[in-house]
Amino acid sequence: MTNKIQWEFPQALEDEAIYILRETAAQFERPAILFSGGKDSITIVRLAQKAFYPGKVPFPLLHIDTGHNFPETIQFRDWLVESLGLDLIVRNVQDSIDQGKVQEETGKYASRNALQTVTLLDAIEELKFDACIGGARRDEEKARAKERIFSVRDEFGQWNAKMQRPELFDMLNGKIHLGENVRVFPISNWTELDVWNYIRRENLQIPSIYFSHEREIIERDGMYWPYSPFLNTTEEETPFRQKVRFRTVGDMTCTAAVISEADKLEDIISEILEAKISERGARIDDKRSEAAMEKRKQAGYF
Amino acid sequence: MEVLRITTSGSVDDGKSTLIGRLLYDTHSIPQDKMEALHAASKRKGLDFTDLSLLTDGLVAEREQGITIDVAHIYFSTPSRKYIIADTPGHIEYTRNMVTGASNAQVSLILIDARKGIVEQTYRHFFIAGLLRIPYLVVCVNKMDLVEYSEARFNQIVEDFQQMIASATFKAPSIKFIPISSLYGENVAARSEKISWYSGDSLLEYLEQITFDHADSSHPGRFKVQSVIRPKTEAYHDFRGFAGKVVSGHFNVGDEIISLPSQQKSKIKTIEQFETQLTTAEARQSVVITFEDEIDTSRGSMLSKPENAPSLLKEISAQVCWMDQQKLVPGKAYLLQHGINRVKAKVQQIEHVIDVTSNKILEDKKELGLNDIGKITLKTAHPIFADSYDVNPANGAFILIDEFSNSTVAVGFVA
Repeated sequence: MTNKIQWEFPQALEDEAIYILRETAAQFERPAILFSGGKDSITIVRLAQKAFYPGKVPFPLLHIDTGHNFPETIQFRDWLVESLGLDLIVRNVQDSIDQGKVQEETGKYASRNALQTVTLLDAIEELKFDACIGGARRDEEKARAKERIFSVRDEFGQWNAKMQRPELFDMLNGKIHLGENVRVFPISNWTELDVWNYIRRENLQIPSIYFSHEREIIERDGMYWPYSPFLNTTEEETPFRQKVRFRTVGDMTCTAAVISEADKLEDIISEILEAKISERGARIDDKRSEAAMEKRKQAGYF
Repeated sequence: MEVLRITTSGSVDDGKSTLIGRLLYDTHSIPQDKMEALHAASKRKGLDFTDLSLLTDGLVAEREQGITIDVAHIYFSTPSRKYIIADTPGHIEYTRNMVTGASNAQVSLILIDARKGIVEQTYRHFFIAGLLRIPYLVVCVNKMDLVEYSEARFNQIVEDFQQMIASATFKAPSIKFIPISSLYGENVAARSEKISWYSGDSLLEYLEQITFDHADSSHPGRFKVQSVIRPKTEAYHDFRGFAGKVVSGHFNVGDEIISLPSQQKSKIKTIEQFETQLTTAEARQSVVITFEDEIDTSRGSMLSKPENAPSLLKEISAQVCWMDQQKLVPGKAYLLQHGINRVKAKVQQIEHVIDVTSNKILEDKKELGLNDIGKITLKTAHPIFADSYDVNPANGAFILIDEFSNSTVAVGFVA
């Protein structure tokens, strides 16, 4: 299982992503980057910066704030926007709840993960975005492996896997009807390891929760959940302190931690090379069923 | 590090998904939690073994029917290169998905069930690999375990395949035949002991050795301009750079270039990749180019060298694969997209349709419907700067878009 080879980042992946971002800027009137504060969307921001240099990034960042984010992620987001001079637009899931459009889940598995789709679709409509650039990768999950680079969504944001446009060579067809929009995935062909190697090569800053730190956690279903006011716990679940890090960054209610001492990029990369568990193995939102991702994508999820 | 792109096609139940699963398994690319999910899913289906094929069928409908409907992209790496597999369906109804998956591949992997030999779909797969001029073809004769690892059976299939190649109208690619059993991993990553009469490479060993000219050095220089970068900031007040992609060949600083369609000439002043100044840009690279002089160039322009510029085509003869439910309507205006360039185009004539299985021209069939392949002539409103697909594939393909549905309805290859 151990594979200690530390390969370099394949430059072809950056060239491809930059080509896609330039096509997105040219083919759409109001494109935006969906920014979560995770490593994949940080990578997208870097690619956009490089694609249009010395011009500025022609896309605003749209962050759908569930209110359940790690505070470290929000802090990082604000720092990145400030230091690169980007435009940030935030829309809150809390507002969708207050408007009665969605209902907070209850019980110990309650999360706002599914709710954010509604807030996202509302934001797309309100801000008239015709293309939303996301950091989803095909290697993450088997429904995502079926995605196109330019993925057309109907007026309700829905993905129809059986009606996808053929995508040939590098020719991207972003023509849509009024009301439809396109999800753009420039790093479709990257793997988790490619992203980390890129972060290392480009010397990018990332939120501190990716590195080992001490935090209060609880153990549930064989996973380590970050303890927070947003997590509904039972009486038997008592928080304890542990050195952990996060391999992916989602909400505090749907992202599990891994016990780790890795506090440098090098260590994180070696850890992933030796990991026996997949990246999304720590995503509680994927565990709901075998088709959890496909169902969410059909509904308009990222 | 290199990236090698492979497209796989097979017929129903010939073990394509199992083979991919096996490649992932043998290269240690399946994490423990996914392996556990596979065990559980196999059990639920009442199987007494771990069905590796469940790894790739990502849609509910695919898992229900046990078939591949749409292209899935699968990734794995060895210490020497990164692999991207486009796993495509084999059914005739999904030919367009097969073409989609094959369009970026350097290797086409065709599976044949050793019990069944060459079937109708094998002809289709071979034809598509030929149509797209995929340079490497690997024929895996699978399920050798079910024919008692028979050498005679393998040789018979190889011979049948050679006959098919002999009747092909296109130049055959480099072909490798490998007897395998994907279920038991024979000749997939490791060489098989059970197939001792075969002394050649295993599939993975062969793939590892494939060399490919990523720099595309033998083709003429072509650069498609995606946008003009004019920051108008104090530091870059007069900067005017052309962002785009090298389609084929290469460009050096100091090269004389001609911009199409304006036909104005200048010299390359700089080639930039973010903050780095390059001296040369090769095929597939995304860069920004600046010129010595101000010449008329904008999105959709193509840069080339004056001595081998592409011709400006308004009347085009091309092979097409039709990809839409609605048949081709002669005389109707479509949008033709060549690279990033879109022009209006009308189909003048359907010259002929090809029966992919027999490789015969159907003289009396004059319509192109979903999954049909044929030859047409087109007339465009403005010239496109294309090469013949045979001569320079990277600059010889186009798509047709229906202006009403916005769908991509065809892919074409300039004759």
